[in-house]
Amino acid sequence: MEKREFHVTAETGIHARPATLLVQAASKFSSEVSLQYQDKSVNLKSIMGVMSLGVGQNAEITITTDGEDEADAMNAVAETLKKEGLSD
Amino acid sequence: MTVNLKGIAASDGLVCGRAYRLVEPDLSFERRQVSNLDNELKRFHQALEAAVSDVETIKMRATKSLGTDGAQVFSTHITMLQDPDLIAAVERTIREDGVNAESAWANAVADFEETLEKMTDNPYMQERVTDLHDINKRVLAHLLQVALPDLALIDQPVIVVTHDLIPSDTVSVNPQFILGFVTDVGGRTSHSSILARSLNIPAVVGTQTATQAVKPGDQLVINGSQGTVIVDPDLATWQTAKQAMVDRQANLDHLATFRNHKTTTKDGRGVTLAANIGNASDLPSVLQNGAEAVGLMRTEFLYMNGDQLPTEDEQFAVYREVVKSLSPKTVVIRTLDIGGDKPLPYLHQHPEANPFLGERAIRQSLAHQQIFRSQLRALLRASAYGHLRIMFPMIATLDEFRQAKAIYDDERSKLTTKQVPLGDVKVGMMVEVPAAALLADRFAQEADFMSIGTNDLIGYTLAADRTNQDVAYLYQPYHPAVLRLINQVISAGHAAGIPVAMCGEMAGDPIAVPLLLGMGLDEFSMGAGTILKTRELIGQLTADDLGALAETALNSASTSQEVVTMVQAAVPGIVS
Repeated sequence: MEKREFHVTAETGIHARPATLLVQAASKFSSEVSLQYQDKSVNLKSIMGVMSLGVGQNAEITITTDGEDEADAMNAVAETLKKEGLSD
Repeated sequence: MTVNLKGIAASDGLVCGRAYRLVEPDLSFERRQVSNLDNELKRFHQALEAAVSDVETIKMRATKSLGTDGAQVFSTHITMLQDPDLIAAVERTIREDGVNAESAWANAVADFEETLEKMTDNPYMQERVTDLHDINKRVLAHLLQVALPDLALIDQPVIVVTHDLIPSDTVSVNPQFILGFVTDVGGRTSHSSILARSLNIPAVVGTQTATQAVKPGDQLVINGSQGTVIVDPDLATWQTAKQAMVDRQANLDHLATFRNHKTTTKDGRGVTLAANIGNASDLPSVLQNGAEAVGLMRTEFLYMNGDQLPTEDEQFAVYREVVKSLSPKTVVIRTLDIGGDKPLPYLHQHPEANPFLGERAIRQSLAHQQIFRSQLRALLRASAYGHLRIMFPMIATLDEFRQAKAIYDDERSKLTTKQVPLGDVKVGMMVEVPAAALLADRFAQEADFMSIGTNDLIGYTLAADRTNQDVAYLYQPYHPAVLRLINQVISAGHAAGIPVAMCGEMAGDPIAVPLLLGMGLDEFSMGAGTILKTRELIGQLTADDLGALAETALNSASTSQEVVTMVQAAVPGIVS
């Protein structure tokens, strides 16, 4: 299992566009990918779940990947966060 | 039986064709118990697949007209339709409660909608409820096996009959298959009308009853020049319209030969013909109509489409796309012209007794600087991608121009400090308040360019609201007083060595064009659909003769009618 924390820098937080791209990135892998914010954890392959967290600017989030391709999944998610200007 | 409908003439042309009713179908259903659960699950998955395939088609069309960024919302819809948690919830309800797929699906969507609506601290997410409504309807329509009409799914020539078109419909329109538009509501300046004119598609708006009177597949003849719609016409009427379509196409083909020509008079004087646009989705019409620049991009749609202010990044994405895809053509973007008659509900502006004389445009921007500054930053960032000019609307005093310019300079230097790449930007103003026209020589010392906004300039000069039928006769573009103001602005600009443009409807008016050429106007910016006609007209005119015509009209005409007579005498065969 891999676990990494991110600080959300984008003004708009994780809104629809980055949520879509994060879900698309996570869905390419067989590992379970989850996103934790405050005391809630959701499936990062579920856009409804991601959107229901309402992650705003300056949020601290934790991504967990668990499965055969967990390392690759983590890298793909981290790269999407960075590319979308969501996190450093 | 033949039925005649009367509406408002919104976009010229006579066409005939079959009706496509763009009206939402009845999607009501009952919750019921089902015995064959496997079959219910199968129905659900088939409906989901069909919905995804619809959205894929719509996304493809939107990508063509808007680019990948603009089509992003449809990727979100697809991701929603493929959401594993949502699908699992629906499957569970079908299995455990033994209910039909319609109610299981609608419940699952409603649960999530509730979650979003509770996010009162995040209005952006609350707004995503509209996306949910969209996918909800799409799946239900497939489950209920009713057609969910959608502009993007039209694949044969039809006349679209609808209540009203909304700005987001623009992205789905495939002009190749749309012969005409008929709407229940709207006027000549409503979104549907502007869209139809920019695409050169005949339209009749404000018929009030078209969606009730017309059935899918009805034969229609619509006359966009007279504002009439005939349902189930007799053969002779149908054939007349058919012939008019052939003639119209021949004329469009003829005009298309001017697409890649430069705009010059018979004696070789060159001017620029530019397009007025309101959205990135207007870009194809700019290119198809051979515009040499964009002389006015309105930015109101960015603010009026949503329930909250657009973010700086959202604006940046749109401005960048426009500037970049038109480079090296110049693009003039006007800062927000809102307030008064075009209020933004979410800003809670107080009602004004005289909106046209109230806190609108630059007055609103200077009073609410955070909105103005965010727009200027987005524009400045986009300037690195092409040739951008920024224009302030409704300037009445030098003080206003200086204040707006100082805010611009301030934002520019902040971005420069942050080493954000910026392009060379010219900063100019619209001349639409008579006070600014009269003082144009002073403004010309400080502005990089001036653009005459005739729609408002005429209204303010004759003190008449052209949307008020009782005084609409006072909307007189050729009134000698208006011509003198325009001439004063052009002369003042040239004396100071800056270019002068015009971005009102008058710039494409065949009676006005010879006069404006005679006064030396540099750039004519108009609805894209008028550009080719105007280029053909200018090619038939001799600039040398027009100086004298303009001078006579300015010095010795007393009425609008006298001006028209002078132009018609000087340019035989010209029609208004």
